[in-house]
Amino acid sequence: MKNLLTAVLMTIVTTILLGLIYPLMVTGIAQVVFPDKANGQLIKRSDGTIIGSRIIGQPFGGPGYFHSRPSAAGAAGYDAGASSGSNLGPTSQKLMDRIKGDVERLQAENPGQPVPVDLVTSSGSGLDPHISPAAAEFQVPRVARERKLSEAEVRRVISAHTEGRQFGFLGEPRVNVLELNLDLDSVKPPSIPAPAR
Amino acid sequence: MTLNGWLQILVFIGIVVAVAKPVGIFMTHIFNGERTFMHFVLRPVERLIYRLTGVDEKREMRWTEYAAAMLLFSVVSLLLLYILQRVQGHLPLNPQHLPGVDSAGSATSGFVGSAFNTAASFTTNTNWQSYVPETTMSYLTQMAGLAYHNFASAATGIVLAIAFIRGIARRETDTIGNFWVDFVRCNLYVLLPICVLGALLLVSQGVIQNFRPYDTAKLLEPQTIQVDKKDANGNVLTNPDGTNQQEAQTVTDQTIAQGPVASQEFIKELGTNGGGFFNANSAHPFENPTPFTNLIEMLLIFTIGAGLTYTLGRMTGSQKHGWAVLAAMVVVFFAGVVTLYWYEGHGNPMLSKLGADQSVTALQPGGNMEGKEVRFGIANSSLFATVTTDASCGAVSSMHDSFTPLGGLVPLANIALGEIIFGGAGSGLYGILIFCVLSVFIAGLMVGRTPEYLGKKIESYDVKMAMLYVLIFPLVILVFAAISVMAPSFGTSQLNNAGPHGLSEILYAFVSGAGNNGSAFAGISANTYWFNTTIGITMLMGRFLMIVPMLAVAGNLARKKMVPPSLGTFPVTTPLFTVLLVSVILIVGALTFFPALSLGPIVEHLLMYAGKTF
Repeated sequence: MKNLLTAVLMTIVTTILLGLIYPLMVTGIAQVVFPDKANGQLIKRSDGTIIGSRIIGQPFGGPGYFHSRPSAAGAAGYDAGASSGSNLGPTSQKLMDRIKGDVERLQAENPGQPVPVDLVTSSGSGLDPHISPAAAEFQVPRVARERKLSEAEVRRVISAHTEGRQFGFLGEPRVNVLELNLDLDSVKPPSIPAPAR
Repeated sequence: MTLNGWLQILVFIGIVVAVAKPVGIFMTHIFNGERTFMHFVLRPVERLIYRLTGVDEKREMRWTEYAAAMLLFSVVSLLLLYILQRVQGHLPLNPQHLPGVDSAGSATSGFVGSAFNTAASFTTNTNWQSYVPETTMSYLTQMAGLAYHNFASAATGIVLAIAFIRGIARRETDTIGNFWVDFVRCNLYVLLPICVLGALLLVSQGVIQNFRPYDTAKLLEPQTIQVDKKDANGNVLTNPDGTNQQEAQTVTDQTIAQGPVASQEFIKELGTNGGGFFNANSAHPFENPTPFTNLIEMLLIFTIGAGLTYTLGRMTGSQKHGWAVLAAMVVVFFAGVVTLYWYEGHGNPMLSKLGADQSVTALQPGGNMEGKEVRFGIANSSLFATVTTDASCGAVSSMHDSFTPLGGLVPLANIALGEIIFGGAGSGLYGILIFCVLSVFIAGLMVGRTPEYLGKKIESYDVKMAMLYVLIFPLVILVFAAISVMAPSFGTSQLNNAGPHGLSEILYAFVSGAGNNGSAFAGISANTYWFNTTIGITMLMGRFLMIVPMLAVAGNLARKKMVPPSLGTFPVTTPLFTVLLVSVILIVGALTFFPALSLGPIVEHLLMYAGKTF
């Protein structure tokens, strides 16, 4: 019986310490020391409108933009209130149909080139902010054509948004799609308004 | 597969082995009640907690009282988490105004729905999630309910392992420590200080920590999508041919979920809990933004499991035995990660046929990228999946459901082996110690001598309890999985994938529940009355029904006399013992689960190469 009373008191006391004081303390310090990181690295326009987060991907469909990977998060993809992978298995007909359609569409715009696998597979979070350098390279001719830029100019913008392996060996090289497209817009907006997907 | 990938894997396991000793020594000090550099600050807090909760720190408990205290605490804290979820709508720190879990109108409304499943899940260190966190849990529930249990259930596991070690180390006594004292010390000295520092380190890399309402971003390029057309009453309109009518809808906004993530993320990995703050878990950029955070998170999952092997050696006075156990863990870990990396690296032959380029080049990691993040690629995703299922963590940085069949077999098999490869915080060590007991028993049978384990005679009571521990696990898994597979209305109807992959989804759900892992072949829609209830029960049985026989062995060992080693004693400090231990683990696991695994992943592998889809 004594142990039951202790169990109740222990739950309450440790909940206050570990469930309230600890996270509040971490939040307090984090908000002072790393305010940008702690709040999701939001990108804002000068009027305060939020465009997105540096580390959360967005969907792109227009030919003048670099496209992100397919996404299973929300109806339009990249819904950062509904993160999700496709959870389709390796023998799923639905997965094969989706990839087949995407490969055909991509090969039509860039004939003869192999389609990098990350460009036709959805990420685990559905919010992947990155594509591989191969997937960026694959899209260079289309974006250069649409924006009337030389391919070399487009590649220069890509390289400014390409991250190598962290500390030289961790993870994989990657290109941040939202930052890349934002930068392209500031260099030269797409010549025609992006048509709807 | 790349050289750099292997390098990352080797660096990872190198660090794990390197931290085992300092972590193990530190935990030995703490649980022996010795002073450390932290006592200056934390000892007054510790005494205050004893005073508030009425704990006498000098008092020792027999195994039965130790078990009773643990069970009482688990029941009380489970109830509190259940209540917190149900009433969160009336509580603060809920900027999204989320209603109570299972409130009237939700798909699982009532007493035994999602809230019961979640309460059982987090109390048992499983962190199986049938709910979608972003749209279900308030910040208060996440912090004071879920993240709290990340501490509490991990500490419970760790102190149980310590109690077992004491059972081996002590002689001719009937006590194995005081549950409350061990529990408080574990939280206060082992878990909390490193969490404060570690959470801030995660924030510095981009893991968020705030109480903002969800932000709304204006998409750089608004998207037009086709959605089902509905009438004024919200019913979907259909065409004459039966298909749904579609209409165009423009999406201009992106919702960005926020929250106090970093403080939960760190203990989630350190305590091998694995319950994501977000649905996508450690694949979400806000939970795991960079390859460095990924490395930290993987290291945390193994830290306590590795450290406890050293504590085992230290407390029992046989350091070499600790290393022999760690060696067995490293061997099975490597077998898993090599297999997983191999099959994910080689990708899916059907994708290549469709024209997707899965080859490794300087510009892409190649391989099966469905369900994986570009920043982690194949090597880190394979490593994380192996680590999270060797341990009973269950956090995921890639979607196991989308792995190649034999790639997906590895996490499934890892959990089915009992998660004793580093294992859950504490539960991994007491799990592998049960297998150590079985190993010396089998060795004893082979040489015809009474088996001894670290100076204790292993007798029929110990072996019976150890076998009970081993048998409860497959029993709960296979019974519920078999019923679900045969039930089209509430079982197979919830699957996202058909064919053998569907069987794998169901099997994985119950293996994960009983193993207290919590990862999933997440295509299964488990937020139903059937799965919430049965997986909830599976988790409770897989935790507590296995702990009781384990503690019984500990209590029985503590009572015994020390026998000096003789010529007939099978040494438990040699590579031969490591080999025997690995063999026993693999044989028990294979005998139990091979039939089910061959009908799921193995058949699917053959069908994938035959080009068959479902």
